[in-house]
Amino acid sequence: MIVDIGIVAIKAFLVLFMVLNLAGLLGWVERKGSALIQDRIGANRASIFGFAGMGLVNTLIADPLKFLTKEDFVPPSGDRFLHTLAPCLALFPALVTFAVIPFGDVLYLGDRVINLQVANLNVGILYIFAMGSLGVYGLVIGAWASNNKFSLLGGVRGSAQMISYEVALGLSVIGILMVYGTLELQEIARGQGALLRELLPESAGFLRATVGWLPAWGIFLQPVAFLLFFTAAVAETKRIPFDLPEAESELVAGSHVEYSGGKFLMFFAGEFAEIVTAAGLMTTLFFGGWQVPYLMRDGFHFPWGASILLPHVAVVLLQVGAFTFKVLFFCWLQILLRWTVPRFRYDQVMRLGWKMLLPVALVNVMITALVVLYMQHNP
Amino acid sequence: MVPLDYYLILSAIIFAIGVVGVLIRRNLIIVLMSIELMLNAVNLTFIAFANSLGSMDGQVIVFFVMAVAAAEAVIGLAIVISVFRHRQSLDPQEMQLLKW
Amino acid sequence: MNGAQVGFFILAGLLIVSSLWVVFQRNVVHSAMALVAALFLVAILFLTLNAPMVGVLQILVYAGAIMVLFLFVIMFLNPIGLEQRRRLWWGFGALAGLLLAGALVPVLTNGDAPRDPVVATELFGGPEELARSLFTDFVLPFEIASILLLVAIVGAVVLAKREP
Repeated sequence: MIVDIGIVAIKAFLVLFMVLNLAGLLGWVERKGSALIQDRIGANRASIFGFAGMGLVNTLIADPLKFLTKEDFVPPSGDRFLHTLAPCLALFPALVTFAVIPFGDVLYLGDRVINLQVANLNVGILYIFAMGSLGVYGLVIGAWASNNKFSLLGGVRGSAQMISYEVALGLSVIGILMVYGTLELQEIARGQGALLRELLPESAGFLRATVGWLPAWGIFLQPVAFLLFFTAAVAETKRIPFDLPEAESELVAGSHVEYSGGKFLMFFAGEFAEIVTAAGLMTTLFFGGWQVPYLMRDGFHFPWGASILLPHVAVVLLQVGAFTFKVLFFCWLQILLRWTVPRFRYDQVMRLGWKMLLPVALVNVMITALVVLYMQHNP
Repeated sequence: MVPLDYYLILSAIIFAIGVVGVLIRRNLIIVLMSIELMLNAVNLTFIAFANSLGSMDGQVIVFFVMAVAAAEAVIGLAIVISVFRHRQSLDPQEMQLLKW
Repeated sequence: MNGAQVGFFILAGLLIVSSLWVVFQRNVVHSAMALVAALFLVAILFLTLNAPMVGVLQILVYAGAIMVLFLFVIMFLNPIGLEQRRRLWWGFGALAGLLLAGALVPVLTNGDAPRDPVVATELFGGPEELARSLFTDFVLPFEIASILLLVAIVGAVVLAKREP
């Protein structure tokens, strides 16, 4: 009993530790990446006792320190209680969603089987959407409590945008849920360990011969859903090209104009934690989660017959490493996107969400349903 | 194990609080929110009975109540917006054009 | 009194306090946030009653969508000025509420439902069980609910659209 609670606590601590540190690291990656794209050096001013050589470490320490030593300003006519509550509301959902994302298969430790996932809920992905839908409160309440017209505009824009894109986000995932037939993320990740030729029916002989060697990852089974999910997830994190709630050139800094110091740091960390969560979800739903292609629980089994047996610990390490690598890749992709494309206009954001993503997602759900039904009747 | 009666008493209290909100407040948005509170109290009874009877029917009905509540909130808020455009006020006391 | 009951009393106390906040706060945004807290607590109570699926839907639909809509409208209209606190009228309302609660409690607790809950199976309250009920015994209500939502969408657009 005690040992079980201890194991869960260790897993929860590990995941929180990784997400928060990755969020901090991404702050540096974003500054360096933007400098790289804009052909300047960037983020090289932080020095500890005149030593500026280790840019990463120095910036990682200097950025939070600078935030925390600033004055914590609350607008005199604002709402002090809600102004303080808002950053907590922004950070909380971003941190708790990672609890159901699996970062590995099972780990056998003695006679104990440890599921490498903090909480295995049978409502899995719905929990993620439920917590993600709470993320809008941090933005809206912070905007309102500042009692500033720019933040109010940002808050109104933000709430409309997040509600609109939540619909497309939810609908794009339904295809994946139908294909793998479960809401549990660990089961979805396990389902992606199969090969395509095991899923395709006998009648599709040509497809089995040509692409049958591919792993049954979500991206191969639901490519349209991935594009929709990626777009909607970027819109949910409220970053360029969807950063309408902040829009520096229009609304000063939008919903967090009146935030400074530690509270702004919490908003900032929340945004990066959301990026990490979005990357984790993309990995788990569409890119096999912790799966390494052809890696089973006892080693590699290639489709052409060869196999390499590996010890259990090596397999687990490979899986966790693959998950980390994929998550880092998608974090990097989101940061690259931010410094590459310009911001949408507000009417364009609404049009994209309601008139393009939503109908395409609905059609995708319909077609997936028909194909799944057909395959159930013609195995 | 928490007895069924505790949940029923709790939901009766919440329902009564919601009714009080509808009775005393002169702000349409808060009146709508009090109605949501009453619906939630009823949902709590449904779930409590579903648990004690071991039947899923109560949970399914809560599902439908949520759908109806969403429809009600959407229409209610649309009416609030259009009323506010005409009267610049959310006070139901001021909506007395048909009162003679 | 065991651990589950202590947990229930803590949740119930918080729920009653936040519901009172919803009703007696003069500031609309404070009321709305108190309601969000109340909905969250109700969702946790659902979890204690073996209804994880409905609990998650409660957060997703109520806290995630309906209340955001409320906040959006509050900000959109941005009504200035707090409602007056008419003590006599509010006192009468509170009295009526107490009477109602006093009348409801004996009626609800008199039912003939079994007082000792049936031991729940592993799947009870999960997505599979809910879906099975929804698509076998309740297909017709389910379809009617979808039409209701469609009507609500159309109605909202018609009502809130500004005349050109």
